[in-house]
Amino acid sequence: MIFGFHLLSVAIWLPILFGILVMATGNDRNAAMARYLALAGSILGFLVTIPLYTGFDRMASGMQFVEIHNWIPRFNIHYHLGVDGISMLFILLNSFFTPLVVIAGWQVIEKRVAQYMAAFLIMSGIINGVFASLDAVLFYVFWEAMLIPMFVIIGVWGGPNRVYAAIKFFLYTLLGSLLMLVALLYLYNQSGGSFEILEYHQMMIPMTAQILLFIAFFMAFSVKVPMFPVHTWLPDAHVEAPTGGSVILAAIMLKVGAYGFLRFSMPIAPDASHSLSGAMIALSLIAVVYIGLVALTQSDMKKLVAYSSISHMGFVTLGFFIFNAYGIEGALIQMVSHGFISGALFLCIGVLYDRVHSRQIVDYGGVANKMPVFAAFFMLFAMANSGLPGTSGFVGEFMVIMGAVKANFWYAFLAATTLVFGAAYTLWMYKRVIFGPVANDHVAHLHDINLREKVILSILAIAVLVAGLYPLPLGEVLHTSVNDLLVHMARSKL
Amino acid sequence: MSHMQNLYLLVPLAPLLGAIAAGLFGNILGRKWSHRITIALVAVSFAASVAIFKDVMAGHQFNGTVYKWMTSGDASFEVGFLIDRLTVMMMLVVTFVSLMVHIYTIGYMEEDPGYQRFFSYISLFTFSMLMLVMANNFMQLFFGWEAVGLVSYLLIGFWFKRETAIYANLKAFLVNRVGDFGFLLGIALILMVFGTLDYAAVFANAGRYVNDFAPIPGVSWNLITAICILLFIGAMGKSAQFPLHVWLPDSMEGPTPISALIHAATMVTAGIFMVARMSPLFELSETALSFVMIIGAITALFMGFLGIIQNDIKRVVAYSTLSQLGYMTVALGASAYSVAVFHLMTHAFFKALLFLAAGSVIMAMHHDQDIRNMGGLRKYMPITWITSLIGSLALIGTPFFSGFYSKDSIIEAVEYSHLPVSGIAYAAVLAGVFVTAFYSFRMYFLVFHGEERFGKDHHDHQGDHDDEEVASDHHHGLAPGQKPHESPWVVTVPLILLAVPSVLIGLVAIEPMLFGNYFLDAIYVGENHRVLDEMHEEFHGAIAMALHSFISLPFMFALAGVVSAWYFYMKKPSIPAAIKQRFTGVYTLLDNKYYFDIFNDWFFAGGARGTSRFLWKFGDVHLIDGVMVNGTAKLVGRFSGVLRKAQTGYVYHYAFAMITGVFVLLTVRTWFE
Repeated sequence: MIFGFHLLSVAIWLPILFGILVMATGNDRNAAMARYLALAGSILGFLVTIPLYTGFDRMASGMQFVEIHNWIPRFNIHYHLGVDGISMLFILLNSFFTPLVVIAGWQVIEKRVAQYMAAFLIMSGIINGVFASLDAVLFYVFWEAMLIPMFVIIGVWGGPNRVYAAIKFFLYTLLGSLLMLVALLYLYNQSGGSFEILEYHQMMIPMTAQILLFIAFFMAFSVKVPMFPVHTWLPDAHVEAPTGGSVILAAIMLKVGAYGFLRFSMPIAPDASHSLSGAMIALSLIAVVYIGLVALTQSDMKKLVAYSSISHMGFVTLGFFIFNAYGIEGALIQMVSHGFISGALFLCIGVLYDRVHSRQIVDYGGVANKMPVFAAFFMLFAMANSGLPGTSGFVGEFMVIMGAVKANFWYAFLAATTLVFGAAYTLWMYKRVIFGPVANDHVAHLHDINLREKVILSILAIAVLVAGLYPLPLGEVLHTSVNDLLVHMARSKL
Repeated sequence: MSHMQNLYLLVPLAPLLGAIAAGLFGNILGRKWSHRITIALVAVSFAASVAIFKDVMAGHQFNGTVYKWMTSGDASFEVGFLIDRLTVMMMLVVTFVSLMVHIYTIGYMEEDPGYQRFFSYISLFTFSMLMLVMANNFMQLFFGWEAVGLVSYLLIGFWFKRETAIYANLKAFLVNRVGDFGFLLGIALILMVFGTLDYAAVFANAGRYVNDFAPIPGVSWNLITAICILLFIGAMGKSAQFPLHVWLPDSMEGPTPISALIHAATMVTAGIFMVARMSPLFELSETALSFVMIIGAITALFMGFLGIIQNDIKRVVAYSTLSQLGYMTVALGASAYSVAVFHLMTHAFFKALLFLAAGSVIMAMHHDQDIRNMGGLRKYMPITWITSLIGSLALIGTPFFSGFYSKDSIIEAVEYSHLPVSGIAYAAVLAGVFVTAFYSFRMYFLVFHGEERFGKDHHDHQGDHDDEEVASDHHHGLAPGQKPHESPWVVTVPLILLAVPSVLIGLVAIEPMLFGNYFLDAIYVGENHRVLDEMHEEFHGAIAMALHSFISLPFMFALAGVVSAWYFYMKKPSIPAAIKQRFTGVYTLLDNKYYFDIFNDWFFAGGARGTSRFLWKFGDVHLIDGVMVNGTAKLVGRFSGVLRKAQTGYVYHYAFAMITGVFVLLTVRTWFE
């Protein structure tokens, strides 16, 4: 262990440090240096998180790699970090994606390169902080700080309507977060002056308070996931965001909301979670069915994938609120897998956008004639998005459906409609974009993906296939944490 | 024992390796090496299957895990093999037909630019199909189930420039997904009730739940019935049973070799195989069996009718496949699982043969598939002619041919079945014999006999074709004066090799498979469903059965079908036209395939698109974004507009407000004191 027991701190601050360094390279005359520095920082940032997986004790309950220091003693606020099986996976996923978005923006971003790269590095560190925080204030600081780089990424490097989208994104998510702050302050008071999240888990809380806490947290997390009906910021944000922004937004940021349910809502207010689970399941199923249908007629590829994301995240929240191991573990694997797949799909759309500068499906057709290698990658990811067995997309959906049957057959019935709708919207888009004769001059002049693009898509293709064919390593680290959570949830806190 | 396990692994992995080699390194390997490698590896797989067959016949069965896929809660999901006699028979059929099709492809796809890609796909298919049949649990079954669906999708859309092909492959995938929807729910119910997806454990405990209700809120269905019907919905998708049959005829947009391999011999029979494998479950529910039988009977008869009016050579064979799948399904319903699997096997050989022969004809006709433009081909392509004749005779159930033994056994099994719907089913399968004979020999006569109708100038392009053209357009045809010629040996050799089992396999295999103990462990039949025992009493050997059949009803029907086909299309070609005129209504109904496609396009596809647009425009754009999000923003804006009015900037306005405020506060204070 090179960094001793400070692995989590390194995972958080190393990318941020590199981000500041990259920013220090200044204007675009030093763009090349900024790029290489960002690449080095992001790869290093990923490498340091690997010991989190290899050194993780699968059998141990509770938090691991814990670090605790005083931060603001007057309010009993600590710099308290630690991970369990649930959060550890997402730190890895997040750090894994940072090099990919750095490479994805390598040639495409020509203006303010240093700032662009720095934004991603800093965001990567902050998101790791969100997953690792065990102190409520620390968590809240990271949680809100996360918005800033993304706001900048959309607002500066985004499309023509970027300002509307950036503000919509910012206000939507900020509004939800404020209620969470109220909830945290309430908990601070009730616990007799503690910001320890793990202490909140053990507190006895009366039902009314639990319900109010649940609703407050729900406001914060449901917007991030996003759940129906607070999802409309996502399609707009995706459409305007640059490719890298969309990738991180879909692959990582949405997971933060879902993670919040597991870390706050469910363990702090288990009785409220049980009594409100009907509503949560209803919203999740609406997301799966309604949003799945809405995705069908989208004419903008990014919007389509954005809606598909919402629909897939519906599986995640469904899995959480059926309260069994298949459901929760399936949901967590669905989160990881959705990261790979939606990230890859946004990269694929980015590949097309960089060449034709359009995201409209009608502007394409017959791309396979000119870009066969790209078409093959896109096919794999489209199939993964349709939940084909052998890809990671299948694992989570399969397990959540298995779990949903246990809760109520009709939940599973509605959730399983995604087999048809998911395939319909994904493959119909694929058909119109990739298959057919060459549709127009733009398509006729397309050139196939270059080495840089091939590298990124290959890495994700391998991830999708490995996680689909052999998901056990992902599942194994979850068992103890999920089991503890379920045991905890089964005890009333009234 | 451990070297046998390596052999089991080798069977699916060899074709997978071939698929990877040709798929990822096809450009480096070039055409020759791509087909050499894939063919060699499929041959290895076939050889290994033969070795395993011998081993299984010597009494060695296997049921074990290859690796643990996932664990969760108290369940463990594994990838594993179950090697018993049912599996090994399927392995032999799959690898043998696949090998034939691989070889045939060298000739058929010779000029296609996607040569390596094609070999990669068919090898990948072989791998997927083997994983399906070798599975020892439901998870892996579903795995293989979807994987063959994927390859089918890729291959139907192989010529991706053609609008009809990419329409057909999307349709095939989605219709199959509808079936898989039921299939997956059935699997989920099994996991919930049994706590495992392992075949052996589920089958061993199934008896305990016979009288239980399914854990489905709001309805009171029998558990086993619910599970079986849900699983069978999956089979209806994959094995193209009514009303999920609509994708199979359109799948003929794919190149002919895959029509033979996937859409005739192997993949579409996966549903039949699955139900046979699940016999310990299906045997516990007569409701489910009746459902299976009636669906099969409808498919067997009504899809046969559609075969009569098709003019595309591949579509005739496709409808015949649908009808034959219906026959197999009927047999499953009659609890004659071994008969269904027996017909699956014979059908795999003779239907692959018919498709490949059709492909040979199509090559000779320069990709014109309309049988009205053929005729008299027997002179020009003798091997294709003879093998086609053999295939057709087997299909219609001519005594001594393989199809006879399997199809006659199905009809007999239905006759002996005690299910309430077996009367209707019997009538349907019997009538189906006439229909099958009629359309088969209509096609046979129109293609190989009679007047030579090719080379007429109904085509304005020349007979020579370059690569791009073949890929983008099917319908070419011979130029005037051009004569068709026999296909190269890579095409004819597979035809001959498939013709041999098409004739012989029934004669050889009927006794052990139906009346012997071949399937003793693999297939379970309940006490009161033993139709085969009753048939056994009548059975005095394969030869006697064939001789005896010359005075049986099915033979009469088949003969009548052949004779009427000859009379209508050879002797008096004016009759069909007259009938068509007389019965316009019926003809239109058949020509529109009972209006299923039109209905599905309008109701399901159109309905989904319409709902989608409505939900999006009304729900997301209008209600959520318009009223809630932007509405809130506007409300805040209006509110602040009112507030803004108060902030005039005039000092005396503020002073007035302050004085009023002070006054109010003072009043309130004095009031409460």
